Order: sequence, then structure tokens, then C-alpha cells
Amino acid sequence: MTTVSKSARDFIAPHVRGLPKSGIRDFFDIVAGRKDVLSLGIGEPDFKTPWHIREKAIASLERGATRYTSNLGTPELRQALAAYMRQSFHAEYDWKSEILVTVGVSEAFDIAIRAILSPGDEVLYHEPCFVAYAPLIRMAHGVPVAVETFRKDEFRLTVEELEKKVTPKTRVLMINFPNNPTGATLDKKDTESLADFVIRHDLILISDEVYSELTYEGGRHSMASIPRLRDRLIFLNGFSKAWSMTGFRLGYVCAPAPLTDAMMKIHQYCMMCASSTSQIAGLEALQNGEADIAEMRESYNLRRNFIVSSLNGMGLDCFMPRGAFYVFPSIQSTGLTSQEFALRLLNECNVACVPGTAFGTCGAGFLRCAYATGMDQLKEAMDRLSAFIKSL
Amino acid sequence: MDALLKLLKKNARESDATLAKELNTTTEDIRARIATYEQEGVIRAFQAILNEDRLDTTDVRAVIELRIRPEREGGFDRVASRISKFPQVESMFLMSGAYDLLLFVKGGSLQELANFVSGRLAPLDGVLSTATHFMLKTYKDQGVLMESEPHDDRLQVCP
Ligand SMILES: Cc1ncc(COP(=O)(O)O)c(C=O)c1O
Repeated sequence: MTTVSKSARDFIAPHVRGLPKSGIRDFFDIVAGRKDVLSLGIGEPDFKTPWHIREKAIASLERGATRYTSNLGTPELRQALAAYMRQSFHAEYDWKSEILVTVGVSEAFDIAIRAILSPGDEVLYHEPCFVAYAPLIRMAHGVPVAVETFRKDEFRLTVEELEKKVTPKTRVLMINFPNNPTGATLDKKDTESLADFVIRHDLILISDEVYSELTYEGGRHSMASIPRLRDRLIFLNGFSKAWSMTGFRLGYVCAPAPLTDAMMKIHQYCMMCASSTSQIAGLEALQNGEADIAEMRESYNLRRNFIVSSLNGMGLDCFMPRGAFYVFPSIQSTGLTSQEFALRLLNECNVACVPGTAFGTCGAGFLRCAYATGMDQLKEAMDRLSAFIKSL
Repeated sequence: MDALLKLLKKNARESDATLAKELNTTTEDIRARIATYEQEGVIRAFQAILNEDRLDTTDVRAVIELRIRPEREGGFDRVASRISKFPQVESMFLMSGAYDLLLFVKGGSLQELANFVSGRLAPLDGVLSTATHFMLKTYKDQGVLMESEPHDDRLQVCP
């Protein structure tokens, strides 16, 4: 008998093999290594982490504070988070049993979805959206069900669209506002009608509000502020965007005690705890970082005004987003697809923007431009973009 | 502070067109507001901030702590105003505490500054004492770091 031994590839689990690579990753590979690219493709703040936060982390390393912490996160950080939730969202969470510190919102979403899904459960999420949701739902053996959002609604999620996709198998609604990649936010009436929908269909809601500190003109309405959702809400947030702390990898999840306990079981085995240095830095951010946010927000706000005005000025339709640091202009008037547009813009003008399709099929005809980049680069990028449009 | 002033503090060379877009207004409005600030004396000048250590000059800079005798009428202002007019004095502040005036001065050489202090400042009527400290190196000036942190070390595209 001849045995054919397996190749490395054969060991990969089928559901992992079937995972698509992220569209962002594809685009990254194209851009990587090029010189002089002006990139509006970067989904992270351009600010350095505020110095007092870095300084606290350095001091803690000097002290040798480099041990495992409580699985849930240090008591000081959880207490500060409870105070933050109360102050920012009027939401009461018990720091001992309802707050869990994670390795970014990324981990928080992963353990949330793994804690609640059984194989075959359907999860409603809206597109265009952050690239991690659908793959992580699949990894948890769930079924991601995309719900479209539209330019006419300024990419708000509507109950009308949700009703078209909900089935008896739906268990979860996953939302992200302020939204990456569109900059969309929700008004009070939107959060209320989404809450009604969730309750009417007896679902659990996961709300990724990692951009909650970056809102302009009253775009801030949190699902955590709706008391009747409390027993069915898993609230995700983090330090990456608010304090420009992406590399610290620090996030947290707030949820009713039984759910927090369930997520904690997964977290303790796969992660043990979030980085102790990062937790110390996060505590400093919460305690002394209000002014940092105000300053960064103001700076983003000016760039947002600049980029929206510039894009509309060159004939690319773009609504004024009220959150995050993205604009999502339509490039339909050029007759090019998102992919063609982004590639030609890169090749001909050395400007990188991510095609809308990287965030879901309904992102076709749009482009994500991140304005978390210096004004000088933004200006130059807008000049090049304008010249590109004229050349078409 | 008006957002326009903040932007100009950060970059006084920003074009009116860009300022207008950032502030959601027109270039005419920007020009009018700047003109008003100039008339009112709020905006005093537009200058570049240099890292003088990188310039090929022999200029010497120092801070001088000055104690002066206040006058019956006018307090410190008359003496201070006379001192501030010397071209060597780049900045000057009235201070609380152990001395009264803090001067930032610049001269072409150590000798020139020493002469300025001993020959011009110290003998002035009303000046009680001076303490001069020479500057050796600039780390930060008017909110601007002289050595920037590495510019942009982010990945070129990320989620
Ligand atoms: C909507 C959204 N959620 C989560 C994340 C990941 O955040 P973290 O750095 O906290 O893992 C991002 C990062 O780009 C994001 O845009």
C-alpha cells in the first residue's frame, strides 16, 4: 500500500481555507514598497500617542511592572472604565463583573461572538464595514448575513433593510457606528428604532463603538445609553482611535455579568490578560486624557471639512460624515469601478485610497479616504486627485 | 481661542483657500478676519520658528533675570518699556517671584552680550541687579520640537 502524505496545505481546516484574504491586505500588497505614495488608506490616527501616556508606560517598565494582571484586567483600569461608561454614556456597569479588558476591540469582538454563537446561527451585520466581522463570525461557525446600507441614507442602517434579512435563525445584530469605512453615525431616532428591532426579534446586539470619541456636530449616540437594551447588549470599545494607541492593543467589552463571565472564559484561556504595560497606559489615558481627545478631534474636524469640501469641489459626491476619520466619496460619475479608480490613482498619481469594495460588495462605486493624515499630505493628495479626475 | 488663530499659530503660511475649507467658510471671510486681528493688534507678526543651533552663526543667546525698582507712578512699565526697545532683547516678560523682568536676549558674540549687560542694562536708572544665563542648546521653542519624532511610521494601508 502506498501512502500519500499530506502537504502542509492539507492540514488547514476547511473553514479557514475558505476564508478570503482581506481586500485591504490585497491593496496593501500592491502599495507596499512603493516610494512617495501619499496614502489616504491608513485606518489609524496619525498622531503620536500623547506623551504623558507614553511616559506612564515607560515609568511602569522602569519600575518593573511587567506581570500578568487579573484576567479581567487591573481593578484600577476597570474602575476607571466603569466611571468612563457612566460619564460618557450614562451606562452603569459593575467593574467587578461586567467589564473585561481585551487585546483591542479585535479580540473583544472575537470572544463576544464565540461566547454566543452556536454553529449555524445567523449574525446580521451591515456593509460596507470593517473587514474583520464576517471572517470572525465564520471562525465561530456562525453565518454572517450582510445587510446593505446606502448613500441616500448617509450609510445609516435602517430597520427596513434589517427586516428583509432577519430569519428564525438570526441570533445577533452586529453594528458599528461611527462607521469605518463610511464615517456614518446614528441619530437618536436610529438608535431607538434599532433597539426596538433587536428586542422585537429577541436578538443580542453587539455594538462596536471604537470611534465613539471621534464625532462631530452631535453625531454621538451610543447603544449603551439605551436602558432597555442593557440585558442584551455587548458593548465594545477601545483605546486605539480615541487616544491614538493602536499599537498598545487595548480594548474592552461591557456586558451583563453572565455574558462577561462567558467571554472571560475564552479570554483567560486564549489571552490570559491584556498587556500590563498597555493597561497602565490606558489608565493614564482615561484619567488624564480628556484634553488629548478634544485636541485631536478638533484637528480631525478641520481636515474633515477640508477634504469634504475638496472632494465635492472636484465633482466627487461625498456627504459630510459626522464620525470617525473617513470619508466615502462616490466615484460613479467617473465611470470607473472602485478597483479601477484606486489602481489608476495609485499608478498615475501615487495616491492610495482603498476601493469601497474592500468593505463589502455594496461599497462598489465608492472609495474610502482616511483623513487621519497631516494637512500637507491631504492638500497634496487632493491636488493630485483633482488632476487625476480632470485627466479622465 | 478662535480656531483661525489656532491654525495660524500652527502654520502662519497656510493659504487662505485651505483655511477657508478647514473652517467651512470663504477666503474673503478669512482675509477679513485676519485683517481685523492685525488692526486690533491681536496678530503682531508672522514669523518662522528656526532651529538656530543649525544655523551657521556665532550668535549667542541668554536669559537675563532683572530686578528693577518700581516707580511711584507707572510701576514697572516705564523702565520695562525702555529696556524692551533694545534690539538685543528678543522677548521680555514681567514675572512674579524673586526677580521682576525676564529677558531673552541675543548678541553676535559672548563679548557683545556681556557689554550689553554691563554697559547698557546694569547702569540704567531703576535697574537693581542682573543675572545672566547663557543658553547652550534648544530642545523646544514656542511649542515646536527642534528634533521631530520620526515622521510617519504607519503601514501604508491598513483596515
Ligand atoms: C470599526 C473597527 N473596529 C475595530 C477595529 C480594531 O480596533 P482595535 O485596534 O481596538 O483592535 C478597527 C480598526 O481599524 C475598526 O475600524
